[in-house]
Amino acid sequence: MTAIDTTRPGSDAANKDGPSRLTAHGVHAWFGNHHVLADVNLDMTPLEVTALIGPSGCGKSTFLRLLNRMHELVPSATLAGHIELDEVDIYRGDLSATEVRRRIGMVFQKPNPFPAMSIAQNVLAGAKLGGIKLADRDATVERALTRAGLWNEVKNRLSMNGGALSGGQQQRLCIARALAIQPEVLLMDEPCSALDPTSTRRVEETIGEICSEVTVVIVTHNMQQAFRVSQQCAFFLATEGEPGHIVESGPTEKMFSEPDDQRTLDYVNGRFG
Amino acid sequence: MTDSRTDLAVADAPPPAPPADQGSGKPEPERIRVRSWSWSEAAELGGVALAALSLVWLVYEQLTGLSGGLGFFLCWFATFLIMYWIVQRQRHDKMAARDRLVTVMIGGLAAVIFAALAVIIGYVIFRGYSTLRLHFFTVDQRHVGPLSPATAGGGLAAIVGSLEQVGLALLISVPLGVGTAVFLSEVKGKLGRPVRIFVEAMNGIPSILAAIFIYQIWLIEAHNQVSGFAVAMALSISMMPTVARTCEVVLRLVPGGLREGSLALGGLEWRMVRNVVLPTARTGIITAIVLGITRVVGAAAPALIDGGESNTVNWNPFHGPQDDLPYFVYRLVREPIKAENLRAWTGAMVLVGIVLVLFIVARMFSGTWHPLGWGRGLIDRSRRSRSPLIETDATSNGGSS
Ligand SMILES: Nc1ncnc2c1ncn2[C@@H]1O[C@H](COP(=O)(O)OP(=O)(O)O)[C@@H](O)[C@H]1O
Ligand SMILES: [Mg+2]
Repeated sequence: MTAIDTTRPGSDAANKDGPSRLTAHGVHAWFGNHHVLADVNLDMTPLEVTALIGPSGCGKSTFLRLLNRMHELVPSATLAGHIELDEVDIYRGDLSATEVRRRIGMVFQKPNPFPAMSIAQNVLAGAKLGGIKLADRDATVERALTRAGLWNEVKNRLSMNGGALSGGQQQRLCIARALAIQPEVLLMDEPCSALDPTSTRRVEETIGEICSEVTVVIVTHNMQQAFRVSQQCAFFLATEGEPGHIVESGPTEKMFSEPDDQRTLDYVNGRFG
Repeated sequence: MTDSRTDLAVADAPPPAPPADQGSGKPEPERIRVRSWSWSEAAELGGVALAALSLVWLVYEQLTGLSGGLGFFLCWFATFLIMYWIVQRQRHDKMAARDRLVTVMIGGLAAVIFAALAVIIGYVIFRGYSTLRLHFFTVDQRHVGPLSPATAGGGLAAIVGSLEQVGLALLISVPLGVGTAVFLSEVKGKLGRPVRIFVEAMNGIPSILAAIFIYQIWLIEAHNQVSGFAVAMALSISMMPTVARTCEVVLRLVPGGLREGSLALGGLEWRMVRNVVLPTARTGIITAIVLGITRVVGAAAPALIDGGESNTVNWNPFHGPQDDLPYFVYRLVREPIKAENLRAWTGAMVLVGIVLVLFIVARMFSGTWHPLGWGRGLIDRSRRSRSPLIETDATSNGGSS
């Protein structure tokens, strides 16, 4: 049951069953001459939520932005390595940046609903901006808002300005907006850091519900949250003068109880320093 | 001053209906209205102003032989501030008193600027009003002779010319100007710097230079006749850079997060510009266009040089000489005949009126002005909503977004 018009070339992949696998292999990133990420290898498996943890400035956001080609929007930014979406290299293959971003959605730390659009228009913004024809706009709006756990709160005021919601509602609107174009992967960069506990719980529930359809990668500074929502976990670290890298990655259970590296154990228990 | 801002935010909100989910039996809880000025304070202000006036008058007129309006005003304002400070110190601590003093000072400066504007407009109306008749808008000057009274004939030829010329200039310069602004702020190519420098340099071109340029290129070299269109082209030379520069500044105010948000949805760049960046900056773009109009609407040189002289109405801007309002005023105010001078003032008044109407229409169009009050500008627009139910949500979350 998809609302996206399948006649567009290149959108077939978006309609195949199940979420996609995203793999990073030997990935590096630079801002100018500043080497911020070195040799990152990570497998982001479908049907599971992958959490990226680590102190700030260690390159988690940079890594996330590499995954859907947002990194290249910074003029001085460069990268190396291979990132594959279902075995297709997103930087070297036939995929355009637009196509990659359509298939790999993103939710930002700060909610950014478009202020000149209504709630419904915000949800449909992805289709509009990408020039996608929608079969049934109302159904798409309802489905996306329902999946993001916002439908009941806004169903009576869909034509109202998107900026006129509370912070938590705005963030769920941004999630709905990302889900409306049916991405295969959803990247979330500290989506709850500006939210209250109730909104945070709603977003976490949303993540739990959507991970059967979308591969979710989430950056979080909240260890309990990482433990609650994720099945896989990767610990990033950048030491003084060294680029960021993954210290350890694996199943969340193991990372939080008996990690191989002492630094991981210290970090997840809040004893890092 | 912080107080007064809160006051605005609360007072401007539409009268909230009781929220739907509240039981009908429950009375609406009393809402707090933060008010920084009470009646007693207003009286205080008036009293101090009067006291200062009396004191300065005494010194100026009775004790010393000083004279001069400007000196009197400055002395009065200084005395007023000092006295106001003393009065405030009686009741408030230093911080609060200083806050009030600065508020009054800024308010005073704003009043001076407003007064200057009011004097100019008031004088134009005063001079033009007595000879303004309704037929000023419906007939031209064809039957007006040197001995006709000031109320004879009208400015239709000039009004039609002004509207058509500015309209054509808008058609030329708005697409070019907005396009240039989009290029400068969104495309950011290698050409960005030279283009920006070029636009800024163009901004400084006086309208008479633009008029001479069109005269040489379009009328002399290309063998065209004088026409409203030639005037419009000359006006565009001044209007385009104004629109482009202002528009660029406004587009830069659109938060980068919105651009990233659009691209992260797999959006195409030109669609992002059309659907997100431009609508977000709508208010500012309309301001840019209004500024462009005001830049050229008073220029007399283009009509003088490229428009030819015509006392009869010419509806076709592409053929034949066409008058416009600034040139009409310029021409008539220099005539040695009293009636002609009076007509010039009427023309000036109509010109001011047209600018005012344009301004109001543009503001209503951009949604920042409505009959109930002024809007709150580009950034706050995002939080304004039509429903009072949301207004509370939005204001309580003001800091988080
Ligand atoms: N736009 C940028 N330009 C230059 N350096 C940047 C930019 N964004 C991030 N960095 C640098 O990259 C490093 C990693 O940043 P980031 O990925 O945001 O860390 P995290 O999200 O883990 O807190 C930091 O040292 C930061 O200074
Ligand atoms: Mg970050």
